[in-house]
Amino acid sequence: MATSTSATKPVKPGRQKPAGTLYRGREGMWSWVMHRISGVLIFFFLFVHVLDTATVRISPEVYDAVIGQYKNPVMGLGEAGLVGAVVFHALNGIRIILVDFWSGGTKHQRKLFWGVVALWVVLMVPFLVRHLTNVFTH
Amino acid sequence: MSDQAPGASYAPALETPRSPYRRSKATRTNWELYGWLFMRMSGLALVVLVFGHLFVNLMTGDGIHQVDWGFVAGKWSSPFWQVWDLLMLWLAQLHGTNGVRTVINDYAERDATRFWLKMALYLATTIVIVVGTLVIFTFDPCADPNSMLEICRAAGSTVPTITN
Ligand code: HEM
Ligand code: HEM
Repeated sequence: MATSTSATKPVKPGRQKPAGTLYRGREGMWSWVMHRISGVLIFFFLFVHVLDTATVRISPEVYDAVIGQYKNPVMGLGEAGLVGAVVFHALNGIRIILVDFWSGGTKHQRKLFWGVVALWVVLMVPFLVRHLTNVFTH
Repeated sequence: MSDQAPGASYAPALETPRSPYRRSKATRTNWELYGWLFMRMSGLALVVLVFGHLFVNLMTGDGIHQVDWGFVAGKWSSPFWQVWDLLMLWLAQLHGTNGVRTVINDYAERDATRFWLKMALYLATTIVIVVGTLVIFTFDPCADPNSMLEICRAAGSTVPTITN
């Protein structure tokens, strides 16, 4: 009978914390939360964005006044945040697609998530340097 | 559920282990499957469309400071950018709508709330797609009399453009 229970590891006393009742998944859950928040954020931006772009049909003066609102430093930071959300959502979307269609996807999903984070940094650093320079030195 | 008799059977009947897999006949269409596929296909297209959009509008020239009416006229006098923006508009809006529909289904528990939130969502979607499409097709890059664009200078404004 001793061998039949050997599959379960012996519990070291004192090493086990109570699990708690709140689900705290790791990379998998956080990427899902961030994907959802970024997607909804971009959705609301797109709604406003198509309407502000529509003012090109009113007159050049009206459009220039509306788009001029996007050029102050506060909005400049907002644009940086928007682009950060878009880049994350896009890269993480590719990760989701890989997990779904690539046979190694589920096995490597955690590594893929950190790949998303790394690529995000690689894309955002040059973007921020260029964009924030444009915003603050004009 | 309080009116259910104690001891009544709530669990679905267990199949015998070897019974063949039967595809559920609960729905007649593959709608959710197509939605799932669409999210992935449109997502891949949007990577190119949106990244290209952001790069051209924010990273070239003076970045955000170059964007004004003349900048838009320059882009939309070319069928290339008209098609680009039209695809981006439709794919981003439909992808976003399907995504937000999922979010509403997840969080709005009352039937009536869910229904009205989705009606508002579909109304917003219709407005964005109709307005956005009309804007691309009715835009006149020569509406500014001081336009310096090639197509606007030649022989007044009688030269046919893609928009008239
Ligand atoms: C801060 C960042 C952004 C700036 C400065 C910007 C700027 C512009 C400008 C100047 C136009 C006019 C046409 C053109 O340039 O092609 C435009 C149109 C458009 N943009 Fe953006 N954009 C930004 C972000 C985005 C994002 C993240 C999306 C996608 C989710 C997007 C989707 C669109 C669409 C669909 C149109 C066409 C609108 C229509 O059909 O009337 N833009 N944008
Ligand atoms: C840039 C390229 C993009 C890629 C690669 C991408 C990819 C994806 C993928 C793979 C999903 C998951 C679908 C599922 O779980 O079945 C998704 C969900 C979603 N996307 Fe995108 N997407 C992109 C752009 C956008 C844009 C522009 C918007 C907004 C207009 C958006 C809004 C959403 C929303 C709201 C969800 C639902 C999130 C959830 O259910 O938690 N996405 N996206």
